[in-house]
Amino acid sequence: MKTTTIKIAGIDLEVFEAGEGPPLLWLHGGQGFNPKEEFVPPLAARRRLIVPSHPGFGRSGLPEWLDSVDDIAHIYLELMDRLELDAADFVGCSIGGWIAAEMAAKSPERIRRLVMVGPVGVKVGSADKLDIPDIFAMPQDDASKLLYHDPAKMKVDLAKLTDDELSTMFRNRETLALLVWEPWMHNPKLKRRLHRAAMPALFVRGESDGLVSADYLAAYAKLLPNSRTLTITAAGHVLHLEQPQALANAVLEFLEKAP
Amino acid sequence: MRAWHFSETAYPYLPPADSYPSIRVSLPNRIYDPQKGAALYDRYIDEWLIAEDEGVEIMLNEHHQTATCVDPAAPLMLAALARLSKKARLLILGNPIANRRQPVRVAEEMAMIDVLSHGRLEAGFVRGVPYEILPANSNPVRMNERHWEALDLIVKTWTHRDGPFSHEGRFFHHRAINIWPRPIQQPHPPIWVSTTSPGGAAQVGAKGYVQATFLTGFDTTKRIYEAYRRGWREAGRGQDVPIDRLAYAALIYVGENEARARAGAEKLLWYVTSNKVPPHFANPPGYLPVAANVQLVRGAQNVVSAYGTKQGTVDGAIEAGTMFAGTPDQVLKQIQKHWNHVGGYGQLLIMGQAGFLEHDDTVHGIRTFAREVYPQLKALYPDTTISGFTEPANAAAS
Repeated sequence: MKTTTIKIAGIDLEVFEAGEGPPLLWLHGGQGFNPKEEFVPPLAARRRLIVPSHPGFGRSGLPEWLDSVDDIAHIYLELMDRLELDAADFVGCSIGGWIAAEMAAKSPERIRRLVMVGPVGVKVGSADKLDIPDIFAMPQDDASKLLYHDPAKMKVDLAKLTDDELSTMFRNRETLALLVWEPWMHNPKLKRRLHRAAMPALFVRGESDGLVSADYLAAYAKLLPNSRTLTITAAGHVLHLEQPQALANAVLEFLEKAP
Repeated sequence: MRAWHFSETAYPYLPPADSYPSIRVSLPNRIYDPQKGAALYDRYIDEWLIAEDEGVEIMLNEHHQTATCVDPAAPLMLAALARLSKKARLLILGNPIANRRQPVRVAEEMAMIDVLSHGRLEAGFVRGVPYEILPANSNPVRMNERHWEALDLIVKTWTHRDGPFSHEGRFFHHRAINIWPRPIQQPHPPIWVSTTSPGGAAQVGAKGYVQATFLTGFDTTKRIYEAYRRGWREAGRGQDVPIDRLAYAALIYVGENEARARAGAEKLLWYVTSNKVPPHFANPPGYLPVAANVQLVRGAQNVVSAYGTKQGTVDGAIEAGTMFAGTPDQVLKQIQKHWNHVGGYGQLLIMGQAGFLEHDDTVHGIRTFAREVYPQLKALYPDTTISGFTEPANAAAS
């Protein structure tokens, strides 16, 4: 287990690695990545797990020119070059799924199998309704109800966090806003580009996810020619926190056993 | 010293505050009655013109999706005032250029008003309070950078004379900029910028623009002015900062006697007490720096929304330096005390109307100030006064 810094396009990227085996890139969601999260050991037990912190998240730098998910997709294609990975399996959570989808649209050959976990990034519904509810325009408690199956259990006491942890949390939030603000949580072009992404793809959501609806997930999955969907119970949007083991099992089963 | 009558053209006819979560952004506009609104516009314009008759200048600003300030297109109101008024300076403070997609359009609007008013425009630019973010669908991250690129582009747009020029910047892109009309005032109308932070003030000082700050009381105002003067000196503008470069906005009500003054001041507090805004509108991600958000968790107050808490009484607001209210003598003393504490300013922005302060009382406040207080302020603080006179001559070097 190690965390290194890799310079890509002038950005110091924080990259966590653990385990051995076929490479698996994990693209985290809007809350960032914490190496202590429980999904890490089961995946690292069977895979070379590689988790970059997106630019502006964790300890990764954020250059002034970077302001889109598409920018990050380009950076991660270059990261694969640097790691000498012709192709790898991918798990993308929430906006991490969006990044993975942008990569899949550009270079489908570099993604062997793709798991999308509560992914955002496309617009599939009508113009008069947000596909993804605006979590920044509602009280924190309401946002938590959309994010979690059990909000009370997932509640974080901010006063108990260190200044360093708080700084990372607020910086992650700021970068998330920078990336997803307009158009809200999507790239209007992406759905016209995903038909080339023919790798096996699994779209997963938590049954209680209030951000990514079942309809949204199904419509998103349909944009890729070789995809299917899965629902995990007793979980909301942040599956890796509420159901880490079930998510890890689903990921490994899909990557290793599915036809 | 110059004084400005500032009205937010508020719409006060609201249901009980506990029946809605926010007076800004989300309050349904079915509550707004356009007929009543039209009468209010008539009235507020009359009050600006009465202020002009009394020798006070005119100031307005812009907010969106709020009952506190029904002036979402302030240049339109300013255009009306440009034709209705005759001699007053016309200050818009300001254009929220970090939230406007076309700075060149803003430059055009301001140039038109300068010409319409025969050169009476004072063009202010503001970053905008956080609850302006959602109405503008504006990204709260990197607002400051957008603000400065837009302002520099506007100045160039005003002053460029030789046919189209192009701008390919970080946020704004134009192939052929060549506005008609250009402003009357040369090289361009006076520029004002508001800020609540010392960092921002130093930047404004370096440019030499007029720095305005709103309801920042004694110590915060002092820090902002010190930063402005430091920025001014470090940019090589000389040791002396004229007081007309600095502006302070306060709730001000002057009455002929204490009872009338107190009654007016109580009504002015509507500005503060009605500003019910939940945290998700008051602090969108990226609006405040990360370190400031950490401090908020540790118990600090959000500067932008703090004045609703401890200054909700007339006495508290006077003590905090956010309100000057009383008889002419009392108000003069309050202003002098504040003026001396912060190092001096030459522009007094009078938030002199709010909520249920009715027309007659508003006019009484304007007239009593203009006739009993303003002449004394002009005598005490002539425009040639230097701000920060108590600072050592080598302040720029320290």
